[in-house]
Amino acid sequence: MTQEELNIRSQFSILYEKIYSKPLIYLDNGATTQKPKRVLDAMQRVYEHLNSNVHRGVHYLSNQCTDLLEEARRVVARHLNAREDAEIIFTRGTTESINLLAFSFGETFCKSGDEIIVTELEHHSNIVPWQMLCQRKGMTLRVIPITDDGELKIEELDNLINDKTKLISLAHVSNVMGTVNPVKEVVAKAHAKNIPVMVDGAQSAPHMSIDVQDLDCDFLVFSGHKVYAPTGSGVLYGKREYLDQMVPYHGGGEMIDKVSFSGTTYNVLPFKFEAGTPDYVATIGLAEAIRFVDEIGFEFIEKHEQHLLQYTLSQLQDHYGVRIIGNPKRRSGVVSFLLGKAHPYDVGMILDKMGVAVRTGHHCAQPLMERLGISGTVRASFGVYNSEEDVDTFIRAVRQAAIMLS
Amino acid sequence: MNTIEDIQSEIVEEFSGFDDWMDKYSILIELGNDMPAYPEEHRTQENIIEGCQSTVWIYADLDADGNVVYQADSDAIIVKGIVGLLLRVLSGHQPQEIINADLHFIDDIGLKENLTPTRSNGLLAMIKQMKYYAMAFDAKRK
Repeated sequence: MTQEELNIRSQFSILYEKIYSKPLIYLDNGATTQKPKRVLDAMQRVYEHLNSNVHRGVHYLSNQCTDLLEEARRVVARHLNAREDAEIIFTRGTTESINLLAFSFGETFCKSGDEIIVTELEHHSNIVPWQMLCQRKGMTLRVIPITDDGELKIEELDNLINDKTKLISLAHVSNVMGTVNPVKEVVAKAHAKNIPVMVDGAQSAPHMSIDVQDLDCDFLVFSGHKVYAPTGSGVLYGKREYLDQMVPYHGGGEMIDKVSFSGTTYNVLPFKFEAGTPDYVATIGLAEAIRFVDEIGFEFIEKHEQHLLQYTLSQLQDHYGVRIIGNPKRRSGVVSFLLGKAHPYDVGMILDKMGVAVRTGHHCAQPLMERLGISGTVRASFGVYNSEEDVDTFIRAVRQAAIMLS
Repeated sequence: MNTIEDIQSEIVEEFSGFDDWMDKYSILIELGNDMPAYPEEHRTQENIIEGCQSTVWIYADLDADGNVVYQADSDAIIVKGIVGLLLRVLSGHQPQEIINADLHFIDDIGLKENLTPTRSNGLLAMIKQMKYYAMAFDAKRK
């Protein structure tokens, strides 16, 4: 481990825990990441010194907390290169962001007979909300298929897009295979027909720099907890031209302009979409996590994680009867594999007892599993604090599992 | 015929020499591999135990003496070994004995952590299903 790697890792005390008296090797970052001390400190500071409800108070603490929350919006806006802070809506995470969009976009722009396009490699969170919209409105969900290597058949998009298409919603990075989808190409094709695009950044936000103006996507969502931030923090970025027109999702405090029993008018962006008391403490934590990531810089993060990814692939490939799932040209963050004929759950149980935390199962992507003809995979996913030594221990554990299960 | 209690003591004795989890898993894997083949006609949707990350099938019938005889399978070998232990303990006993059985061996051999309802291996669901079978046979007889 280099000094820089050590400096990063030492900010995460949980990584020094022992599991079944073995050092913890945490390779389940695709599910959630650990939080650096500075994020925990930022939240602790709010509760110990500043806590008060935001946007309401006349008093000192409330103003302090409000300032921190709005500063968080600036931090996220700058991080994503949004045109303005008001295009950043805080949510509880990716799932809530997509549900918000599916409701508010759907109610505003969609009618019976319209179509939404997703892809075959989506997480359930980017399928089910659209299915619910389709059911509500009598619409159709269409699907961009993938190749056996796990890449989008982008040419199929031309056949799927028609004058009923209202939105294309796709993952930036596959949570199962790590496929980096050609978002810019999809956006170009969609915009040529005036169709907006939503990007699910849940699995890309931790691993690569995202510039929403460069991608030119119309919406982008991600979860804080996968980017070293607390659970309960999340983001929906949207272009003002859409957000301004969209009806609110939840009704309640904060999102209103004027309320009377004869009718209510809504607040301006971003507050129109933030009903009720937001999780301002988690969101202040999110801002600190973004600062943490930006200070390290994605140049280092990408290089480091790509190294771990390629090292893992080279160590796994052609060994112990391992079959890597998916073979995308550009891969990020995760490696999924099967070990001979062994059930992923067996592999996961043995790895667990050796202190190695991975995820097994269908990864909330059952349509993709069906497409690949498998019931699940073992998935190792990386974070900025993982090291080559982590990979070595993981490989030793895989070897042990292979021996036991062969 | 050994009682459910006798068999549990046997299993606890067999596992007592192994502190290491890898050894325990090795026994379970061996057990799983040694299980008799599960009859294909019972590999049906209705015999699948819900709540497992792997697929578990359990089927039960009564023998001539009125004992419940279980058959089971799983596509995950360690889980198959665990369900194999359950079969060894419960299979071949009278419904009332099965209904009243206190399966303390699970705790004794260190498998208790697998017993909480939220665990993805569904051990609790398996035990529940096996006891349901016993209750159904018991009710039918009355």
